[in-house]
Amino acid sequence: MSQLNTYRAGPDETGHFGIFGGQFVAETLMPLILELDTAYEESKKDKEFAQQLSGLLKHYVGRESPLYLAERLTEHYGGAKIYLKREDLNHTGAHKINNCMGQILLALRMGKKRIIAETGAGQHGVATATVAARFGLKCSIYMGETDIERQKPNVFRMKLLGAEVVPVSSGSRTLKDAMNEALRDWVTNVDDTFYIIGTVAGPHPYPQLVRDFQTVIGEETRRQMLAQEGRLPDTLLACIGGGSNAMGLFHPFLDDEGIKIIGVEAAGHGIETDKHAASLKGGRPGVLHGNRTYLLQDDDGQIIEAHSISAGLDYPGIGPEHSWLNDVGRVEYVNATDSEALEAFQLCCKLEGIIPALESAHALAYLEKLAPGLPKDHLIVVNLSGRGDKDIFTVADALGVEL
Amino acid sequence: MSETRIDRRFTALKAEGRAAFVTYIMAGDPNFEASLAIVKGLPEAGADIIEIGLPFTDPMADGPAIQQAGLRSLAGGMTLKSTLRLVSEFRKTDDATPVVLMGYYNPIYAYGVESFLTDAQAAGIDGLIVVDLPSEEDEELCLPALKAGLNFIRLATPTTDDKRLPTVLANSSGFLYYVSIAGTTGAAAPKASDVALAVNRIRKTTDLPIAVGFGLRTGEQAAEIAKIADGAVVGTALVEQVALGSDDQDAVERVLDLARKISKGIHGVKKNEQD
Repeated sequence: MSQLNTYRAGPDETGHFGIFGGQFVAETLMPLILELDTAYEESKKDKEFAQQLSGLLKHYVGRESPLYLAERLTEHYGGAKIYLKREDLNHTGAHKINNCMGQILLALRMGKKRIIAETGAGQHGVATATVAARFGLKCSIYMGETDIERQKPNVFRMKLLGAEVVPVSSGSRTLKDAMNEALRDWVTNVDDTFYIIGTVAGPHPYPQLVRDFQTVIGEETRRQMLAQEGRLPDTLLACIGGGSNAMGLFHPFLDDEGIKIIGVEAAGHGIETDKHAASLKGGRPGVLHGNRTYLLQDDDGQIIEAHSISAGLDYPGIGPEHSWLNDVGRVEYVNATDSEALEAFQLCCKLEGIIPALESAHALAYLEKLAPGLPKDHLIVVNLSGRGDKDIFTVADALGVEL
Repeated sequence: MSETRIDRRFTALKAEGRAAFVTYIMAGDPNFEASLAIVKGLPEAGADIIEIGLPFTDPMADGPAIQQAGLRSLAGGMTLKSTLRLVSEFRKTDDATPVVLMGYYNPIYAYGVESFLTDAQAAGIDGLIVVDLPSEEDEELCLPALKAGLNFIRLATPTTDDKRLPTVLANSSGFLYYVSIAGTTGAAAPKASDVALAVNRIRKTTDLPIAVGFGLRTGEQAAEIAKIADGAVVGTALVEQVALGSDDQDAVERVLDLARKISKGIHGVKKNEQD
């Protein structure tokens, strides 16, 4: 990988980005994963597949999503010109559906009858339940009990959409444990079941295919920025849990060396405490959930529970391509705490009339450190990965408001 | 590579005309001392090969019983280092029974592959089963382990078709572990007729002994498998006895009692056949 002259060529034929990625799963799953890889490679050559996907993205998801000049946020910080990529305006309220639409078409192509997924904040669960409903496939969503409690509206939405929500009571009862349970289900029901992974992690080819389905975000951003400003942006900013919205925005720009790219991890109570979800800054390389990547772990290689106020960022790992981009230095990874995200959340509501997802609020929080010092013609794009309606209970709770 | 305890044990069992009773127990469950007492008692209770589970926080291919066992063990402070110590303590009293370490890769990766292999061999471990290292990742640990003289035991499953089987067998040694069901440990019992078909199919492509596991709970079930395969693996049922124990002593006795019962089932079968 070190000899490549492009940051966009990964992964290599064995599914690695440098030392990261790979296929670390039980033998039961290997034949399936190889089958998925073949089906995906074939789908890329199929014009009909591409047409069906882009038609659904346009007419069902509501793409393209606007690239919106946030005038009042720009004015507030008094520096760079701030654009928001409005993934919150997609059907189901987040970027997650871009990937789910791609994967459900793959599932149909492979003749699968049943869909499973894991979810943290519930956005990926809702998006999965939505596409399963749209195509009439049975659907089970694994969700940690802690997340079920803090994301009640999304749980109800999934049920309305006809999905079974399976509560996970093992471990920390959050996203990591939901992923373990989904993998167990998959091992047990390999014949008819397709696992829609929600982020750019897991065994190869998932990190690649989820990325590819999400790059629609960055490709649109390129076109829109050229149309609106006549040039490419100077800085890209996105929040990172597993990192799918960030990868979707970043990937089409990776080879534009002049563009600064920044990913914001969740620092929870602070990176110096033991309550955060910043895998890159607070972890080291290890193997979990089918890939090698940066992980929160102790000296003995046991996984440590992550913490973030945002259920969608509350994961002890990160997509392997981000780990690689971190190590080669192409992307800068920073972090924002729970309270910084909460402040940014409220600011965006008040100044722009947009309630951002708590996940996206982590990216917005970094504007305070970034935007004021930059010249007024500096163009920043923040990926507004989702809307925050689902988070109002969590936010009210944090602000001491009873609903 | 030279012969290991595992190779010698299967050769001896073949001469005796019986199948191996392979037991699985979680290292450090419910604590180091009781766990050591269980391991020490297993050969007398009829175990021919002992698999020792390396505890891990996120055992994706295991069912709830083994996950709970791992968490109990970790809560008691068990580590990879103390797991190796458990094996070397066992080796002080038993130099013949093969010991296989079974677990997930991350604790080994964190320990460092080279130092792990050196220390594992010094502790008296004969083979490794690492659930999340398929053939595609052989360079991580399988090839270095074989070079260091340890067996690398691979799982084959109902999804491993004829096309894939050679890939799985390529660097397998010691024995092949046939996972009798597509599922996690401790799930439903397999159908003996399905297992027989699969084992006979695999036998056509390898001379390795084949042990069958996942879902075996009773002496009768294990005995059925012993007719078909070269070994039967019982894990979850034994691990559950640890959890049922009212104290350490009771836990140890429960595990060994069940092991005795199951071993009678397995060891009985082939002798009857020979009569």
